[in-house]
Order: sequence, then structure tokens, then C-alpha cells
Amino acid sequence: MATMTMYPDDERLPRGERAAFNLYAVSAVVLFVLMMLIGLVMRTAQGEWMSVPPNLFYQLLSMHGAGMVGTMGMVTTAVMWFFLRKYVKLHLWAFLANYLLFLLGALCIIGAVFLGGYAALWTFLYPLPVHAMAMWSGGAAAWFLVGYLLIGVGMLLFYLDAAWAIIQRFGNLGRALGLQWLFGGEIDPNHPKAVVASTMVIIANVLGILAGAVVLVLSLIDVADPQIAFNALVMKNLIYWFGHMYINATIYMAVIAVYELLPRYTGRPYPISRPFLWSWAASCVFVIVVFPHHLLMDYAQPRWLAIMGQIVSYGAGFSVFLITAWGALTNIHRSGMRWTMPSRLMVLAMFGWAAGIVPAILDGTIAINRVMHNTQWVPGHFHFYLLLGVLPMALALIYHVIGSREHAPPNSGADRIGFPLYLLGGLIFTFAFLDAGHLSVARRMATHLPEWQGTDHMGAIGALLVVLAMLYFMARIALGLLRANPDARAAHPAR
Amino acid sequence: MVYQNVVWVIALVGMGLVALGFLYIISQVGRPADADAVRGINRRSARWRLTLFIILLLGFLGASYGTLHSFPIPAQSGPLAASQVVNVVGRQWSWQMSIEGQPAGDTLHLVTGSPVEFRVTSADVNHGFAIYAPDGRIAIQTQAMPGFDNKILYTFTAPGKYMVRCLEYCGLGHAPMVTEFDVTNPTGG
Ligand SMILES: [Cu+2]
Repeated sequence: MATMTMYPDDERLPRGERAAFNLYAVSAVVLFVLMMLIGLVMRTAQGEWMSVPPNLFYQLLSMHGAGMVGTMGMVTTAVMWFFLRKYVKLHLWAFLANYLLFLLGALCIIGAVFLGGYAALWTFLYPLPVHAMAMWSGGAAAWFLVGYLLIGVGMLLFYLDAAWAIIQRFGNLGRALGLQWLFGGEIDPNHPKAVVASTMVIIANVLGILAGAVVLVLSLIDVADPQIAFNALVMKNLIYWFGHMYINATIYMAVIAVYELLPRYTGRPYPISRPFLWSWAASCVFVIVVFPHHLLMDYAQPRWLAIMGQIVSYGAGFSVFLITAWGALTNIHRSGMRWTMPSRLMVLAMFGWAAGIVPAILDGTIAINRVMHNTQWVPGHFHFYLLLGVLPMALALIYHVIGSREHAPPNSGADRIGFPLYLLGGLIFTFAFLDAGHLSVARRMATHLPEWQGTDHMGAIGALLVVLAMLYFMARIALGLLRANPDARAAHPAR
Repeated sequence: MVYQNVVWVIALVGMGLVALGFLYIISQVGRPADADAVRGINRRSARWRLTLFIILLLGFLGASYGTLHSFPIPAQSGPLAASQVVNVVGRQWSWQMSIEGQPAGDTLHLVTGSPVEFRVTSADVNHGFAIYAPDGRIAIQTQAMPGFDNKILYTFTAPGKYMVRCLEYCGLGHAPMVTEFDVTNPTGG
């Protein structure tokens, strides 16, 4: 059975590993705070509580989107690395190379946006990057695209190292996913959930990043010679195939923290099961083929693709509700779990993911998408499961690591204020978006009609609360990770 | 009944049910179960999960049938047999709308009760062609994409002033990229 030790020895962070993990965690919380501040500025500007010229607004929007998606990818990679390294032999250089390439890529993107004026958003939707109407130059677009390529190459390196290590131990990716147990046979109770999830992410996101590389190179060719025209519908399919898998991979990497940590906090085993393996095998297929739900309003798209997008969106909900959220709730039920920062964050994360799926599935319905597409309903649902789902999963691990250095799960008085502030702010912020979507408020607009601004004001207030809580988390995490004596540790029994 | 309000209620009920489930479990955390009770919890959890699976599956099949059996997007190849056809071209940052067979430029007048076909395309980048009803809610939309014609088939039921807004980000002038048209009840009919 899985170990029930709170801070097991095989999760120790030796010198190099500790430095790497600290780099990832501290960079991530700092970047999150900066990107959230940008978000706060945008919501305040839309509500006309502050004046931001449209060109700057769209630069900020591009920075916020690319920055948030990239940082989510970066910090959740650290979650996957933290646990996967216990089961297979990962190379530290691959993990560090990913970090360095991420930083280089981030610098290119920041330069493209703030020096070059790039404002074609994180989706760089063809052919907008070369139709800037004098807002930015081809050079700025190229720097942005190159930034993405660098980040993608880093992630690919990390995944290839992880895939190689997994194959070394389990023979092939199918056996690591547990496909041999789908239809029968005795499931190895020690088969790690972290390996199942990591393998799924590797398969899906390597495909996604390769699709991304193709469309990034095509876009760069377009920048070099705007006379060259590609099929806009094919380009859009590639972009959303890449974008969808990249951001969804962050959820599947981050949830490893819940699988691994939750049983230690509840003191109850959280065994692997056949439904679990089925759900991950199905999710692997679903996440690869669900992307057409982003193109439901492209009527020129073949009809079967749109239908597939809707049906698979529905299907993807099953594993979230019935396996991950249900399994976690069963594990928590009457467990006597103590409320500390990691346990609070994990329960919030499960709620954010499960509840955020509801408006997402509705929007994946073609008939509903006709009136919700590109309204603020969309940022409403993805902020719901990113802000209240994925980020809390990553924070849960970081807080857990701080706890391993302090010999007890963190639960200071300030933590007990910071957490509800984050929760309350997050709910106000996301429901302001959803309400706006229900009122047909368009997303991605620098200026809003007066009748839309009530929702902007609610969003700005929620965002302010989230920023305050996150500022506190940032300080707490930076001090907790950098200050504590890393060698002082002892094995602690669960709970 | 405004369509968006129905969707909003479904979303709130669904998210509310998820929240209730979590609140119930959270309320029970402080009552630790012994080993026997844990076995009972696991048994009941598996049974309830099967029930929930069946409920979700039925809901999923019902919703799929209900929303797809008459497909919400008109066939894109071949004529749509609409009595009024409007050609729409989006460009950075304006809309050009003209009734088929009439010169462009005049304010557009459409009538209620008979289907209108909008043939939507773009002269440069992607735009989103969204029709806002007089009550301020989106009635219908499609993407305006260079190189493609996306066809909407829509029957107006309420007369009034309709706004067209761009719903796909297209650069600096995206938010002000609007136009409007009138819909009136047919006269003499
Ligand atoms: Cu636009």
C-alpha cells in the first residue's frame, strides 16, 4: 500500500533538487501576483474606475493570457516532477533546462509585448499577428512566437526525459497508463497514480506541443512574408488543438498533488482502481479530440467535428465528477482530517474543478455556444477551474513542502485569514464573469457599455481580494521556502 | 423567456448541487469513522457513484438528443431558401452589410417572421459577427473568417433596432466595431 508517512524520505529534496523546486515555486508565485495585478487593472479599466488606452489594454491582455498559461504550465510541471521522480529516474538537467527555456521564452514575450507593442493575444490567431494596423511590428510578433517556441521546447525536453524514464521502468507508455488492467487482471495496488497521470499528460501534451510548433513556424513564415496565405480554418484548428491541450495538461499535472497528498492528510488509503484507470485512459483520448468545442461558431467546420466537440465535452465531465472529485470526497468523508493549508487548498481545488466544469460543459453545447461564445461566460468558467482548481492544487504542494521543513502542516493565523480571503475573492471574481456572460457582455473588449459596468465593478472587487490574498501567499511561500532549515526533518506519521 | 436566463439557472443549479455535496462532506469531516464505518462508507460511496453515473448518463444522452436532433447550425453547402439574403463582410474595423441584389450603403431593413440568411466573411483577420437583440442580449452569432462564408439562418420575431458587435478580438478597433439595422413587422402581409 501507499506510504502513509506525511513527509516520506523518498520525497526529500537534496541540494540541487531543492534549489530547482524553490526556483519554480517562487518564480511562479511572483509571476502569478504580477499577472493577477494586470487582470485587476483590466477589470478596473473596463468598469471605468481607471483609464487605460486601448492599445495598452490589449497589450496587457496578451501578457496576462500568455503569462498565466505559461506560468500554470511551469508550476504544474514542478508538481509532476516532484512526485514522478519517486518512481522513475528523472534527470535534474531536463527539469532545469525547462526552467531556463521558460525564462528565456518569458523574456521574449515580455519584450514583444512591452517593447514591441505586440497585442494579438495569447492565441496569436492567424492572420492577426501580421495585420497589426501599425500597433506592433512583424518583429514584435516574431519575438512573441519565438518565446512560445522556447517554452515549448523546454517542456518537450522535460516530457521526453520523463517518457524515457517511464519506459525504462514500465516497458511502454500503455503499461504505465495501466491499459493491461482495463478489462481484467489483478491491478498492482502499488502502481502509482502519479505515473498514470504523468503518462497521460506526456502523450497528450507532446502531441499538443508538436501541433503548436507547426502552427508557430507557419505563423513565423507568415511574418517573414505576409503575402503567403494559409488556410485560416486549418490554422485555427491547430492553434486550439495546441492551446486546449497545453492548458488542460496543467490540470492533469496538478491533480497528482491531490492523489499523492490527500490520503496522508485524511490518514486513509486512496487505492488505485479499475474505474480510475478507465477514467484516465478515456481522458487521454478525450483531451486530444475535444478541441473542436472551441470552433463551434465556425460554421464552415465539418459538422461531425462540431458534434464530436459537444459529445466529448460532455464525456469529459464523467471522469472529473465520478472519479477524481467523488474519490476525493469519499476519502475525506468522516476522516477526521485536520484543516491546515494543504488540506483546505486540496478541498477547494476539487470543488473548483468540479463546479467549474458545469458552465464549461454548458458552453460546449452548440445550441448554447451560439449565445455564450466569446462572452465573458468563457473567462468565467476557465478562471473558475484555474483560479479555484489548478492554482490551489499547486499551492497545496508548495505549502506541504513548507510544512515538511517546519515539521507540521502550515496553519498560521495569517493563513487562516488568507485562505478565506482568496476563496471569497475568487468566487466574487468568477461569478462576476459568469453573470456578465449571462448578460451577453463581450469578452476581450477594452471598453464596455455603461450597462455592462456593474459586472466589471464586482469583478474588480473580487480581483482585488484575490490579489491581496495572493500577495500574502507569495510572501509566506518565499519566506517559507527560502528561510527554513532544509536538513531538519524527521519522519512524521500521517495526521 | 430569455434563453440566456435559462442557461444561467441550469448553471447555478448544477454548481449549487456540487457545492452542497462538498458542504455535506465538509460538515462530516470532524466525525472520524472507525475501520468498520470506513468499510460502510466505501461500500455506499461505490453504490451512490453508480447511481450518479446512471443519472449523468441519462442526462447526457437526453441533452445530446435534445440539442442535436434538429442541428443548430444550418447546412453550409447549397441554398438555404431564405426570403432575405444579407451579405456581410467584416474588416478592421467596420461591418459592411448589404441585401443581395441591392447596392450597399443604405441602412438595412429586415422583416420579422420570415427566415433571413446572413453570408458572413472577412476581408482581413477573424472577426465575430454577433447580432444583439433590442433587449441587449445576443440573438445569434458566427465567426467571420477570411476565405470562408459562414451562413446563419435566423428568423426575427421581435421588431426593433438590432446591434452588430464584433466578438472575435481583431486589434485596436475591436470594441467600437459595431453597426446596426432595423427589423420591422411586414407591411400589408
Ligand atoms: Cu473584433
